[in-house]
Amino acid sequence: MQISFTLNGRPTTVDVEPATLVAELLREQFNLTGTHIGCDTSQCGACVVHLDGLPVKSCTLLAPALDGATLLTIEGLQGAPGSNRLHPMQEAFREHHGLQCGFCTPGMLMTAVALATEKPALTEADVRRGLEGNICRCTGYQNIVVSVISGAAAMNAAKGE
Amino acid sequence: MKPFAYHQPTQIPDAAKLLTSIEDSKLVAGGMTLIPTLKQRLASPVALIDLSRLGSLKGITDDGATITIGAMTPHAVVAGSKLVQARIPGLAALASMIGDPAVRSRGTIGGSVANNDPAADYPAGVLGLGATIVTSTREIAADKFFLGLFETALEPGEIITAIRFPLPLKAGYAKFKAPASRYALVGVFVAKFADGVRVAVTGAGAGVFRVPPMEAALSQHFDPSAIAAIKIDTDGLTSDIHAEADYRAHLVTVMAKRAVDAALS
Repeated sequence: MQISFTLNGRPTTVDVEPATLVAELLREQFNLTGTHIGCDTSQCGACVVHLDGLPVKSCTLLAPALDGATLLTIEGLQGAPGSNRLHPMQEAFREHHGLQCGFCTPGMLMTAVALATEKPALTEADVRRGLEGNICRCTGYQNIVVSVISGAAAMNAAKGE
Repeated sequence: MKPFAYHQPTQIPDAAKLLTSIEDSKLVAGGMTLIPTLKQRLASPVALIDLSRLGSLKGITDDGATITIGAMTPHAVVAGSKLVQARIPGLAALASMIGDPAVRSRGTIGGSVANNDPAADYPAGVLGLGATIVTSTREIAADKFFLGLFETALEPGEIITAIRFPLPLKAGYAKFKAPASRYALVGVFVAKFADGVRVAVTGAGAGVFRVPPMEAALSQHFDPSAIAAIKIDTDGLTSDIHAEADYRAHLVTVMAKRAVDAALS
């Protein structure tokens, strides 16, 4: 079947088998390998992308759901294509060492940005609860939580500029 | 995942017709249970009938004495609804505790209720509030809808279109989460109405069930102390790697007390 959607700002049309998972489509057809497949059982959150602005697990999303929708992946998070400017949440993860191996980081960032967009003034409890669907096996979460709080504040400040 | 045909009907009768006419077809709402099931090849339907284009299944309406939530309304929308937060805050709280944010973006109330997972949250809210399940053909009282392990009163070809909730005087939900899955190890929904109290338990047995002794005690005195001494029989409760039946029985009383606390706060 043919589906049309907006992928990181660009109108896209593609033929897919209905049984294609969005995570597979992104990685194998579009070479957007920033979306990681960790568990492939909807537990780990490494594959989180934004579908019409909402965080979703792309390993648990069938490609037909993209038709007519707007999809944002980690590759589309930073500024204009080709720009080296990181998103404020990415900056915060770098600043606060919110990653070690980095495997979970794309999903963490996508979930964190959605969380900060929904509620700008995040508490530590909000962040820990909001990250329940994202698993990191390196950091113990402390630096991730600090990064998200700081990144959310930076996003909020940038909005006011 | 095995290949399947994909249908996206825009009218409820068309969806019902597809479901009846294609043998081994399945409905897909948010897909939060179905897609993992397909990936593990625990199911291999020849066709999926996607309900997302049925616009009339989405949204929350204020009917005065009741609130109607469309079957395709995602958990995050129920959790964030000002109307649900104002009229049945316990139900908004329940929706906010399901899964994780990504699951709440996609998972729907109709899908959860139709699937009737023994550890799902919504069945407790629906049974606890004595809601009505509205389908493509009829209306079913919650007391007659949940029939046990993944089993409901739905007939082949019948599609849930909405759930209609009466407004309680007070209501609350408390659950002890299985830490990895965030499903309810035990979850208890308590609702106080002018004519009595309803208590519904999920996670503890093969399906959601009510607890008449707690309902009677809370109808007399709506306070956690009223049920502190009520023990649940372990007969029929689940024992698995997560918890033994006697532990679940213990948790029912603890969660029921917390649900009453939540309702009173």
